[in-house]
Amino acid sequence: MARSDVQLMLDVKAGDEQSFALLLHRYRSPLVNFLYRMVRNREQAEDLAQEVFLRVYRAREDYVPSAKFTTWLFRIATNLALNSVRDNRYQRMEISLDAPVTTDAEDGDEKTMDVAEKHPNIEQHLVEETQRKMIRRAIEKLPEKQRAAVLLHKYQELDYGEISKILGCSESALKSLLFRAYEMLRVELAPLVASGKQM
Amino acid sequence: MRGAADKEVEVGQEGKEVMSCGRMEEKIMGYVDGRLKEGERLEMEKHLGTCAACQLRVNEFRAVNVLLDELPMIEPSAAFDVRVRARVAAEPAKQSWWAWFAPSARVAFAASMLVLAMVWIGSRTPETALNASEVEKINQNLPVLENFDVLSNFAPLTDLPQPVQADEGNSTNQNQQM
Repeated sequence: MARSDVQLMLDVKAGDEQSFALLLHRYRSPLVNFLYRMVRNREQAEDLAQEVFLRVYRAREDYVPSAKFTTWLFRIATNLALNSVRDNRYQRMEISLDAPVTTDAEDGDEKTMDVAEKHPNIEQHLVEETQRKMIRRAIEKLPEKQRAAVLLHKYQELDYGEISKILGCSESALKSLLFRAYEMLRVELAPLVASGKQM
Repeated sequence: MRGAADKEVEVGQEGKEVMSCGRMEEKIMGYVDGRLKEGERLEMEKHLGTCAACQLRVNEFRAVNVLLDELPMIEPSAAFDVRVRARVAAEPAKQSWWAWFAPSARVAFAASMLVLAMVWIGSRTPETALNASEVEKINQNLPVLENFDVLSNFAPLTDLPQPVQADEGNSTNQNQQM
């Protein structure tokens, strides 16, 4: 029977390095994906995820299982991501408006190579790729806190109680945050929503 | 939907209270992702049966939810685990506050050697120990020593003139002349 996250963390606290390796294996992908969708840069997302695991490891001596492990883990990740997004925004403001526009790194990260091999119907593939790009842009346009709420709710499937603890707000405020986020996504994705709302 | 948001509860055609569009805002996400309790879900469906605007909103939110599923997951790079492990391995071993009291191996060895040496010295018979006859002899001399102490510190004796010491040089010369 697989050990729970809390049990693994308590074992790490007791000096079992192997338990830390199991936690790393269990949460590496969810964390990197969450951070990638927050900061829209793969390299930065991996750096932040490394920092999250390092902070978890450093805090092992003081770990007390007062909340779910995922709440603690994603609170660290969310705080790092929000700080990073804010830092990036200030850095972008400093860049000259005359700087040439470059394509976003995000579009190359989710690999589209071997198109002909994977998608015999290239037209269909292009439609899907355009659609995905729209979705990514719509998520990116959300204010940071709304974005974090949607990602934790939709992709990590955390419950409202956990997400509200991670974001430091009430459950009621979280529901309002999610409602506003979905309202914005609904507007941004209107062409796609119109074709798919009978789903 | 927004227009009716001010009121929490509205009165339906049959005079019964039904959920308002304003309360829908709080419940709609839970309804879309199936996280509402049974009672709340039934209440929601009752409202949706009478409100086309909210029904449309629910359909649109569901469509958004489906679209979000289309984003692919990325796989962390092969170097990711290696980097995390390297950073963790580079972390200094954390010592708790009481570790300061814990002796190092070197100090513990030195302390145990000191204790052994003390035990060894303590167990040895001292070579300079006096035998019974010597102790008795000292005891016999004790009154003499005590008298010496009394006489050496006897105040009236200090008033006596100091004995004249013979000039050793002169006396030698006189002896030579004689």
